[in-house]
Amino acid sequence: MKADLVASPNAPGKKKREELPLKKKKGFLHELITNRIMFLMLLPAIVFFLINSYIPMVGIYYAFVRFDFNTSLFNSQFVGLENFKFLWKSGALGRLTLNTFGYNLAFIVIGNMLAITCAILVSELRIKWLKKLTQSIMFLPYFISFVILSVIVYNMFNYETGFLNTMLKTFHMEPVDMYSKPIMWVFLIIIFYLWKNLGYSMVIYLAAITGISEEYYEAAKIDGANIFQRIWFITLPMLKSTFVMLLLFALGSIMKGQFDLFYQLVGNNGLLYNTTDILDTYVYRSLKVTFEMGMATAAGVYQSVFGFVLIMTVNYIIRKVNDEYALF
Amino acid sequence: MKIKDEKYHRLFQCIAYTVVLLITAACLFPFLLIISASLTDNETILTQGYHLIPPAFSLEGYRMVFQFPDEVLRAYGVTGLTTVVGTLGGLFFITMAGYVLQRKSFKYRNQFAFFIYFTTLFGGGLVPWYIMYTKYLNLMDTYAVLIIPGLMSPFLIILMKNFIKSAVPEEIFESAQIDGANEFTIYARIVLQLSLPGLATIGLFLALHYWNDWFSSSMFINNPHMYQLQYYLYNVINTISFVTQMGASSGVSLGQDIPTESTKMAMAIIVTGPILLLYPFVQRYFVKGLTIGAVKG
Repeated sequence: MKADLVASPNAPGKKKREELPLKKKKGFLHELITNRIMFLMLLPAIVFFLINSYIPMVGIYYAFVRFDFNTSLFNSQFVGLENFKFLWKSGALGRLTLNTFGYNLAFIVIGNMLAITCAILVSELRIKWLKKLTQSIMFLPYFISFVILSVIVYNMFNYETGFLNTMLKTFHMEPVDMYSKPIMWVFLIIIFYLWKNLGYSMVIYLAAITGISEEYYEAAKIDGANIFQRIWFITLPMLKSTFVMLLLFALGSIMKGQFDLFYQLVGNNGLLYNTTDILDTYVYRSLKVTFEMGMATAAGVYQSVFGFVLIMTVNYIIRKVNDEYALF
Repeated sequence: MKIKDEKYHRLFQCIAYTVVLLITAACLFPFLLIISASLTDNETILTQGYHLIPPAFSLEGYRMVFQFPDEVLRAYGVTGLTTVVGTLGGLFFITMAGYVLQRKSFKYRNQFAFFIYFTTLFGGGLVPWYIMYTKYLNLMDTYAVLIIPGLMSPFLIILMKNFIKSAVPEEIFESAQIDGANEFTIYARIVLQLSLPGLATIGLFLALHYWNDWFSSSMFINNPHMYQLQYYLYNVINTISFVTQMGASSGVSLGQDIPTESTKMAMAIIVTGPILLLYPFVQRYFVKGLTIGAVKG
């Protein structure tokens, strides 16, 4: 694309650039009047994002005051960084950051690997109806609410009647109390994440595989490549751009935890916090359970700012390396 | 060479079928557990635990839910209301925004698209958002607060924008304008008709969100009569006093032999039922949405 522009000075892209400043002179107000119907149509969305996102940004200031529900924000007593100091001293910050980051990284790496594997295998199935059926079943958990996930976990792992202990008892083994084994929950959370999201990313990869031209495979067959070589040398390289795109999207929100998943799996079970508490659950709990508003806001702001800096950095690096993949 | 290829091929097919079937079984397994438990006699669950195949078949769990259906029906009503109103409202606003943002004659479309996209990059966090809705908009314990926060999302607006872009040829706008149609008429009469599959996809995404929402109730609702279905279920699972609550609300003393364990599971099935029933018919729209949404716009 870019080489094209340089080569031919009459390319349409260049023309547009010259015309643009002329139009701009008319200004926003003129545009508002001529396109008033379109502005009106966009208005609900603008108002929505103002209320839902932009005006609450002002509330970041809450992190720097002593919270009192009855006084207005700017009449509250300014305390500087006290809330952040408090958060830092509680010792939770490092653990929360590490958990949020670590889980998301595990989700991205394992999730994508499994999705690619499944997509390739499913696409190679010869029986049409089985292909459709397996794909549908793998996609099904994505549609189920996270509350059902907590039902499933209760069904499987509760000490008295859980399926796991039922099985252990039939084989005359000691029943296990999962809720006192924090380390097991690392695996459970990852497994249930995969269970819920495998179908979603698999569908995307499957679409990419369907888009690969048959000709490549035919040519490879004639050259004597077996099925493993065809997958290794054609399918996997062709999936690279999809993978990179999903990866970058995921990296952009690596500080945003999967709140529903963690909260429905772990809930307010203090025994497991060490290995399962992420920033999102911490903020929610401080707000709704322990009512430590100062800490909740401070942790929220920390998450937002840290996440934002990370996205900007990632995007900057991508821009340097390969402009086409940039997020914005 | 040919023979070797055949051998590899057969080996690969074997691996593919085994792995895919195993993973499919693993995906299905939790559902089977719950269905089985909902059909098991409660006494058996208490003494022998949950099984994959009911050791003693019984419909007690379901009977129990339907015996005093008031609570479940009310929660069903709340979720039904929010789902219908939220989906229709959301569709209307999202399609309008998507339409305007892809319109070439709308000069500031990129600026407004970024205005919407930026909210995914940075935000004030949960607490200011919560205070906005409870203190400044005063929407605690209202149906509105169950609907408004889910109406739109940057992802859905961008998805809709791409849908319209790919479904409606540019010339149509020009010819409609020459015929004297204004932008809203073009949107309502032409664009909506042409992007029906897109509408279905976005609508289903919205409906799924509202149906599965438990978070809004847990944040904003104190009145148990206004709990959404999922949050109602969440409370049933997490409260031991469920039975006493049900007994108290129906004015009947229920005694000892209440099938709570199987009732919990039956409740989970009843709550998920509509999704399981509709899933085979709607999943292709989601697949379509994902494949179009994956194209960056």
